[in-house]
Amino acid sequence: MFNRIRALIIKELLALLRDKKSRMVLIVPPLIQLFIFSFAATQEVKNQTLAVLNLDHGRPALTLEQDFTGAATFSEVIHLQRPEEIPAVINEQQAIAVLWIPADFSRNLARGQAAPVNFILDGRKTNAAQIVQGYGVRIINSYRDRLTASTGQQTGVTLVARNWFNPNLEFRWFTVPSLVCILTTVIGLIVTGLSVAREREMGTFEQLLVSPLHPLEILMGKALPALLVGLIEGALIVTIGVFLLQVPFNGSLPLLFASMTIFLLAIIGVGLFVSSLAMTQQQAVLGSFLFLVPATILSGFASPIENMPHWLQTISYANPLRYFMAIVRGIFLKDMPAAVVWGQTWPLAIIACITLSMATWLFKKRME
Amino acid sequence: MANESLVIEDLTYSYGKHLPLALSALSATIRPGIVTGLVGPDGAGKTTLMRLMTALLLPSSGSLTVFGLDTRSNASQLHEIIGYMPQKFGLYEDLSVMQNLRLYADLRNVTAADRQQVFARLLTFTGLEPFQKRLAGRLSGGMKQKLGLACALIRKPSLLLLDEPSVGVDPVSRRELWRMVQELVDEETAVIWSTAYLDEAELCQDVLLLEGGRLIFSGPPRNMTERVADRCFQVQGITGNRRQVLSRALQQPEVQDGIVQGQNVRIVLRADQNPPALSLLGAGPEARLVPVAPRFEDAYVDALGGGPGGVSALAAAMTALPGDHEITVEAKGLTKRFGDFTAARDVSFAIRRGEIFGLLGPNGAGKSTTFKMMCGLLRPSSGTGRVVGLDLQQAPGQARSRLGYMAQKFSLYGDLSARQNLVFFSGVYGLTGTRQKETVARMIDIFGLQPHLKDPAKDLPLGFKQRLALACSVMHEPAVLFLDEPTSGVDPLTRREFWTHINGLVELGVTVLVTTHFMDEAEYCDRIGLIYRGQMIASGPPDELKAQTRSPQIPDPTLEEAFISLLQQWDASHGEAAS
Repeated sequence: MFNRIRALIIKELLALLRDKKSRMVLIVPPLIQLFIFSFAATQEVKNQTLAVLNLDHGRPALTLEQDFTGAATFSEVIHLQRPEEIPAVINEQQAIAVLWIPADFSRNLARGQAAPVNFILDGRKTNAAQIVQGYGVRIINSYRDRLTASTGQQTGVTLVARNWFNPNLEFRWFTVPSLVCILTTVIGLIVTGLSVAREREMGTFEQLLVSPLHPLEILMGKALPALLVGLIEGALIVTIGVFLLQVPFNGSLPLLFASMTIFLLAIIGVGLFVSSLAMTQQQAVLGSFLFLVPATILSGFASPIENMPHWLQTISYANPLRYFMAIVRGIFLKDMPAAVVWGQTWPLAIIACITLSMATWLFKKRME
Repeated sequence: MANESLVIEDLTYSYGKHLPLALSALSATIRPGIVTGLVGPDGAGKTTLMRLMTALLLPSSGSLTVFGLDTRSNASQLHEIIGYMPQKFGLYEDLSVMQNLRLYADLRNVTAADRQQVFARLLTFTGLEPFQKRLAGRLSGGMKQKLGLACALIRKPSLLLLDEPSVGVDPVSRRELWRMVQELVDEETAVIWSTAYLDEAELCQDVLLLEGGRLIFSGPPRNMTERVADRCFQVQGITGNRRQVLSRALQQPEVQDGIVQGQNVRIVLRADQNPPALSLLGAGPEARLVPVAPRFEDAYVDALGGGPGGVSALAAAMTALPGDHEITVEAKGLTKRFGDFTAARDVSFAIRRGEIFGLLGPNGAGKSTTFKMMCGLLRPSSGTGRVVGLDLQQAPGQARSRLGYMAQKFSLYGDLSARQNLVFFSGVYGLTGTRQKETVARMIDIFGLQPHLKDPAKDLPLGFKQRLALACSVMHEPAVLFLDEPTSGVDPLTRREFWTHINGLVELGVTVLVTTHFMDEAEYCDRIGLIYRGQMIASGPPDELKAQTRSPQIPDPTLEEAFISLLQQWDASHGEAAS
């Protein structure tokens, strides 16, 4: 059995790499995605959680706090007591931002001195953080205008924004880890999605079916090369990201690749499912994109999942990309500990089991 | 000009710098008033030539002139007078028959006033009148071709080009198509009919025979067949094994070419040779040599220097399978239903060790469904299929390891090299280590694949593809071979070579189940099952089927004639209502 699967794997890799067209398929669609997703996505941010640390008990500070908590952007507010609580809130993604009003805010204001307010954002969510920061600046400006109008003198209120994990809010830092997810998805889907359909078109599939190969062996012969190619392409993007695009890599490589393997299995299950349905490569490509586009959008890549309506958020729990996106960003930008990675990986493992069994079931059924 | 509707002068065409010439230095003239056959195996350049005639391609050098119009400079005028029916129908499958006609009428600027008249004429002509509302995609192969023809005829063309109109069309529809085209020809119209079937060439008044991009013959087919006049014979009354008779005959120095024809063996002698002594052929005491009329194919093979020898190197390298005349392949009450539609109903047959059984039938009659159930590609709705005593549904892996399969399209991995294909398929059948290496080396040796080992399978010449496909399907020395239209579109030499191997394997005890459209191929079968409307309506040795349909009008029917009259008999006794 092992020899037969090995023969299948070698054949599959040769078929992929010897053909110029399929080599192109592995490269071109990911590039198109890169351009479209990194430049064309802007969005509104809603339903965010704001943490507030108000150390000043003066009236102006309270008004400012109310201006923030009353904004439509923030649906929930966490009240903090001490600055030490800030890291946990951001790390665990309980809040997108922390408004930190220092104890001397009202005093400085009354004296007409500079009165800075700290605004700490979760820089991993580049887009959302950027937009929330924009809202914050707007709230401060209108607060200052009102203050100026009532007192008739200039005030020194400023918002000092800090993005944690991604201090300069480098778009690239956000894009590259996301692309690791998206590209591995594309590869996993395309390699498996097209392979059965291509064999159907060429007539070689029947040749396989009349051989002593068990359907499971054929499936494994399709899944394993895709896994291999997906991992290699994933490694390639990580390498390019770190060395060429200078995105910092803070976490553990073994953890990244372990979770990538499980993620790819989930995707390969989807690819094989599409493949079992499609009679032609064209149908397989369409089918793959039918999964790919919603999965990408529901992954939190382009817009935060928290902004979506609740029913869509519920659906996104079935989306393998959602978990892998969190893992890759976590491992890349901060050293996400194994326990947290595991918290995102076990749902992936369950999804992988489901997609692979469904693909097997459909594959066997379609053979009749 | 009246006598030359199309003039080809020193025409050369190449698809790319590094590719072999698709057509080289071709010169010919085509006359109006007749059907000219454009004959040759797949890849000979037939379609390329047709596309050049329609100015869809322009010559790399040389010229084509259609009714005085050069294809380079007068393409748009040319399109006004040409009717072209491409190989893949050119029909819109999601449109109905009538919608297709209307579309082509619009494209051809046939105005509302004329078109009703044109449509009525074409629908009557093609017999498609009752099917006007049916989607083109749901027509049978023959009806599609008729619709394609009707679309090409919307504006009466001066030059009608038909690219392989008879591919995938059963013999009955083939005849009707041929009759329709004959009716079209008149003084001002030239018709070009391209085909890989050499028996169709004989029906044409003029023939252009292409091979590997070269014109190897042009003129009336009888000029071609003349070269083998008085050299064609049939060995009749064979009591021994006719496959062995053929093999021995082909080893005689006097014999140029030979094939099995039912119970008889047809041989063509080399020029100026006397027939070999019958005793050397081991044909038995009753055997006699009867002169027969030469066929176009005999002449074609002769022109190419004769067929391959009668000994299969493949069979020589394989060991005989143990056993006697036990049943190795058995279908019992095979039925397949797709929803309401019954594709195959209660099909039963049994094939013994060392026997060739052929499944024949029009397209869509259930032949492929039956075949697929037998090799385990389809699960029967009821009934069983057994191969070497194993039920394909109960022990699929075991049963499949004993069977070899070769499909019409030569299911090879096109991107893999010839050697990689061999290695892959041997690996799939569980060959490993030195045994695998030896087997692969032996196959390379037997089939002479050495010069093409590193080439991607898709770029191999057709003959080599056929060899490689056969090599891949027999490497594991199967007891049963399933062949799905194994030689459609290949040249007669390759077909002979293929059947030499098959005959050799059969002598070793391999059982063969084959589906085919080629009557030539059917003649090699020991027995034939005729599948029609999902049922097996007749079965028996080819000669027996011919004898069944003998009539005063057709005293000595060919297999094709027998086939047609069996279908007609069945329709007559069951009524058309069954459709």
